[in-house]
Amino acid sequence: MTDANAHAHPVIACLSARFGDGLIETHRHRGDATAVVRPDRYREAIAFLREDTDCAFDFLTDLCGVDRLELKLKPRFEVIVYLYSSRTNSRFRLKTRPLNDADPVIDSIVDLFPAANWPEREVYDMFGVRFTGHPNLTRILMYEEFVGYPLRKDYPVNKRQPRLPMREIPDDRPGMIFL
Amino acid sequence: MAVKEGQGGFFTSRLSDGIAWARKWSLFPYPFVTACCGMEYMAVSAAHYDLDRFGAAWPRFSPRQADMLMVVGTISQKMAPILKTVYEQMCEPKWVVAFGVCTCTGGFYDNYATVQGIDRVIPVDVYIPGCPPRPETVLDALMKLQDKIQSEYHPLTGSVRKSA
Repeated sequence: MTDANAHAHPVIACLSARFGDGLIETHRHRGDATAVVRPDRYREAIAFLREDTDCAFDFLTDLCGVDRLELKLKPRFEVIVYLYSSRTNSRFRLKTRPLNDADPVIDSIVDLFPAANWPEREVYDMFGVRFTGHPNLTRILMYEEFVGYPLRKDYPVNKRQPRLPMREIPDDRPGMIFL
Repeated sequence: MAVKEGQGGFFTSRLSDGIAWARKWSLFPYPFVTACCGMEYMAVSAAHYDLDRFGAAWPRFSPRQADMLMVVGTISQKMAPILKTVYEQMCEPKWVVAFGVCTCTGGFYDNYATVQGIDRVIPVDVYIPGCPPRPETVLDALMKLQDKIQSEYHPLTGSVRKSA
């Protein structure tokens, strides 16, 4: 999978020099570079990208999760970090894949990028990926009573968990105005 | 003296008509605005479409002072108990307008997060479809609600709504 010219990209070159086989794959498409790191080196890679004076990624654009169940890829979950460098005006995407599909766990990067706080909670809320070291890993969008993780591909699309009992609505409703 | 609907004499039915006339021209909306339909609600409220012609322009941000609950925008399962509380805090008489297709049926949000129509939580008087509805549609709905209020029986005491 590794792009033969990937080393031409300065950030990928830096990362592969530093992490070697900790880098699972790299990818470039129309100027956007991506690297996938092993989960045990993920936190270290983020710290490196932030601290290294050539990379200098000082801004976390976003952090999101992916469930690759229907792509039939292993490991199932992926966490993607989008970084921006205001120093070099460039962007980079770092991916990592928690190894355990039944209980995906990955390091939190909130202490490196405080902006990761809410995105990590969202990934936890939607996909059930736990971030170790997160200061407040609770649901952010769904309510506390919600059971399961709604953006997992095996969450039934018609499943509802209402907080209030839902009234049954008859088809014929006298007095109601339908425009 | 308990007067049932349709059994009142000339005086009580004239009185009911008079109260209905007063109520339909002084609707105080409570804008329960949760989503993009709010933009259209603002357009309706502003001078160009001028809800004030119908006496329904002055939004009351306390449910206790409002008698028309305008639910404008998607209601999530998380928001549903709050909507119900606001509805219950409103004094009788009160009417509910479902503004936009998300409030009517959930719209295209057929998913884990969205209530599939607010009538599953509270009773609704007028359903306005559209994503978002045109302001003319909202005015049409308001006039139809006024017709409904005029046709209802308004006792001096007690509830206008016979069943919730």
